[in-house]
Formats: sequence, structure tokens, C-alpha cells
Amino acid sequence: MLEMLTGILLLGLLTALLTLLIEVAYSYIADYGENHVLINGEKDLVLEGGKPLLFALSDQKIYLPSACGGKGTCALCKVRVLEGGGPVLPTETPYLEEGEMAENIRLSCQLKLKEDLKIEIPEDLLSVKEYQAVIGNLERLSPGMRFVDFRIVSPPEGVDFAAGQYMQLQIPKYELTRQEEFRAYSIASPPYEKKQLSFIITKVEGGAVSTYVHDYLKEGDELLLRGPFGNFRLRDSEREILMIATGSGLAPIRSMLFTLARWQSRQKITLYYGEKKPEDLILYEELREFEKKLGDFTFIPILSRTTEEDEWSGEKGRVTDLISKYVADQADIDIYICGAPVMIRSCLSLFTEKGIPDERLSFDAFE
Amino acid sequence: MTNLDPATLFFAAIFTNNILLTNFLGLCPYLSISRNPVSGFGLGTAVVFVMTCTTAINHLVFYRILVPFGLEHFQYIIFIVIIAAFVQLVEMVVERYFPALYYILGIFLPLITVNCAILGASLFMVIREYNFIQSVVFGAGSGIGWLMAITAVGAIREKIEKSGTLPRGLEGPGITLLITGILSLAFIVFSGMIDIQ
Repeated sequence: MLEMLTGILLLGLLTALLTLLIEVAYSYIADYGENHVLINGEKDLVLEGGKPLLFALSDQKIYLPSACGGKGTCALCKVRVLEGGGPVLPTETPYLEEGEMAENIRLSCQLKLKEDLKIEIPEDLLSVKEYQAVIGNLERLSPGMRFVDFRIVSPPEGVDFAAGQYMQLQIPKYELTRQEEFRAYSIASPPYEKKQLSFIITKVEGGAVSTYVHDYLKEGDELLLRGPFGNFRLRDSEREILMIATGSGLAPIRSMLFTLARWQSRQKITLYYGEKKPEDLILYEELREFEKKLGDFTFIPILSRTTEEDEWSGEKGRVTDLISKYVADQADIDIYICGAPVMIRSCLSLFTEKGIPDERLSFDAFE
Repeated sequence: MTNLDPATLFFAAIFTNNILLTNFLGLCPYLSISRNPVSGFGLGTAVVFVMTCTTAINHLVFYRILVPFGLEHFQYIIFIVIIAAFVQLVEMVVERYFPALYYILGIFLPLITVNCAILGASLFMVIREYNFIQSVVFGAGSGIGWLMAITAVGAIREKIEKSGTLPRGLEGPGITLLITGILSLAFIVFSGMIDIQ
């Protein structure tokens, strides 16, 4: 008995001593002080060292795009480093192309701030802001999908964005997370509603943010939003439009459709919306409504796993089948694709086969 | 075997009793990081350093603290805690003062905490009743042996991969385990020359 007690006591003491040693060493050795970061040759910031650049910048209200929350997997937070920063780390190389390496493009979530830096970021990122929002309506669209309304409280003028762009949604620490987490979600509401933003959020098994939204979030809660980000935007052109969406990829498409309706567009617009089963189709009535609101709009839902019992009379198969069936070779159209990466890849290769130039293709992959 | 001279023990730890190829310790990082000799060598160097230092520290802790209090059976947990803490400290120091080294070893250091060859070396040291000098030499030798094995396999794997003649089902861990088997057969040739058990 006594032996057990001394053992536990000794083990406790030793562990405490080691922890103390590490803590003391951390505060002395890992203290990199303050570092100057010069952005685009004009904005000089003093940032706290020892943190990844992505987080050091966000402390100073400069928000780089990031969908994975700084885990080094989405490769959206790239910056060009002109001076300092050391060599590229092995955790970055899988996400950098050869040309990017030569230009010293880095992942800001992996680059730890240890010395003065000179960096270059796209000018419009400097206008990205943080918004306080209150949760309005929470609607369950299907078992795995929620439609969430956010009312922007501050800054009062609301968010200035383009249809197709996305925001980062930040959730507080809760039982499944160790710190605040954020993920990117496309805005499902139109840009003319600057103070009322909506998102479609799919529940991801084990996903920190989507689980919070599905199981914990209540009407009236306050959350932070950052943005807007992204180059997936509706273009102002007279050409025929083809939109392709699967799952919550419908969100930016919905924003675009409202925008086109507001513009009273007359061009031919077609939407292919792919799901597995009839009960998975979301916002069905609303999308049908657009056939009246828009001059020339065709909505084609397509299901990949229907059975006899579903009595589904519409298209069966995948969105790629619709492309092969309806899209003409060398068609003069603008194409917007949003959804799962695999679907996007197969669509893109089909369009390339059909001789549609790359500059007509816009897409946004949802991991 | 407390009267074994350090030079012989050092040689034995590298060749005749290679910790990876005769005891099969530290296999998981070995299987995952041995795709090419360069990263294998990086990880191996970190292992040599950590193994040498932790066997020394663990020797002192075991004979100065655990034995006098009669707490030898706490060796597992104490050794693991010490290895983990040591790796943390080393990572911090290397990152701050040796940035060049950090870019080579940095990402491998956290991997080492879970390398069972490191704990294995400390436990062998206790079972075989090595003195302090012998423990340090044994730690260094085992580390170098591990480094040699992973670098050799890395080189072989890279060559096989580049030849492009490997059947798909054998890619990755499959072929690595086969190579390891053949290599350890080769190392068994040395066994019996020196007995350190």
C-alpha cells in the first residue's frame, strides 16, 4: 500500500516537474517577440510571433480565406512571401504547384511567424471584415441539411458580396472542440440583402462546425462571420447559362438565381440539380418558382438512386449524364458548377471534351 | 553482461542485434517514412539523437530515483513520460536556435515520441543491467542501427518504385515488409558473433 502511494506520488511529482520545465522553457525559448509584417509594400503591421501567420494576421483583423480552419488541408490561405519565412515545409509541399514554389507561395497556416516578413496578398482581402450576427430562422431542409438565417448586427451596413462567394463561420469552443473553430460556407442568399445572410449547412460526421450548427445552435444565438471570400462569382454577361449543383452546392446557385431574377435577365438559364433520392431534394418548390420569375429558366432535377416505389418520373442518373445528353459541342455558354469535388472533376473533363473553353467554366468544390 | 566493453556493445547494437531488424521495434514510423532514403535518414538522425539522450536520462532516473524507492515497476510509465517531455524540449530548442536543422528534422520529432524502439532501448538497458557508459553506447548504437535500416530500405523502395515493375497488390507496406524480412535474414548472419542478451 505504502509502495503504491509513494509510486503515485513520485510519478505525480515527476510529471508535474517535467510539465513545469516545459512551460518555463516554452515561455523563454518559444517567445519570438513581436515581428513586423509588411503587406503589399504599404501596410506595416506589428504581429505577435510564434503563431502561424494566418492566425497572427487574423488577430490584426486581416482575414485570409481558409476552409479547414488552419489545419493545412484546404490550401486556400496561400500568400506570397517576398522576404523571410525560411524554406517551404514538408507539410506545405503537397499543396503547392511547381510554379508556386518558384514564386515562394506559402500556406500561411503552416508558416510560423518567427522573423520580420514581407508578404503579398490579393488587394480585396484587405477589405474582408468580421461581422457579428444573430441566428434567425433555423430550418431543417432534409435530415442532413439545415438552412440557417443570420441577421448581421455589426457593422450595421451589412456584408458587401457577390453572388457565389463564401463566408467563414466561427463557432465558440464546445464539448467537441478544444478551441474556437471556423469553416467556410457559401452564401445562399442574394447580395442585395446585405444584412440578412443565409447558408445551407450539411452535417458532416464528426465535423466540428456542422455538428454545432445541427445539434447545438438555437435561434437568437450570436456567432461571428468573416468574409466575403472566393472567385466563384456570377458574371455579368448576356450568354446562355448552365448551372450544375449537387447537395449543398445549391447554396451559391440559389444566390445567383435570385440575383438574375433581380436583374430581370432574359437569357436562357438551365439548372441541373443532382441528388440520390427524392427525399434528398431540397428547396424544390422554390426552384420551380424561378421558372415563373425568370424569363427562360429550366430546372432539371436528377436522381441517382431511385427505386420503383419512389414513382419518380424525372431524370435518372447523374448530372454528367445530362451534360452528355443535352449540352452541344462548342456550345457558347457560361457554366457554373458547385458541389462534390469528384462530380466537378468529371463535369470539367466532359466540358473540355465538348470543346468548351476553360474561361467559360466557373466552379467551387465543397470538400 | 555487465562486463561487456563499450566498443563491442556499440558494434553489436548496430549490426548483430539491430533493434529494428532483429527485435522488430519501431516498425510503424519505419513503414510509413521509408518511401525514400532522404526522409528516412532525417527521421533516423532524430532517432539517434533522442535515443542516446533518453537512455542516459532514463538510466539516471532508474538507478538514482526508482531503485532507491523500490519503484522499479513504474519504469514503463516514467520512461514514456520522460521521452515525451524530452522530445518536446528538443523540438522547442531546435526550432528556436537551429532553424536549418529544424527544417530537416522538425516534422519528424513529434513522431519519435511514439517510436517504440526508443522505449525498447531504455527497457533493454534495465533488463540487461547495463552501467551508465554501456547504456549511452547502447542507445547510440541502437539508434544508428535503426537509421541504417530505414535508410537502406528507403533506398531499396525508391529503386523498386522507379523500376515500375511492382505488382499493384504489393505496393506500400506489402513490399516493405518483404524487404524487411529479407534484410533481417541477412542480419541474422551476424547473430551469434557477439552475445549481449
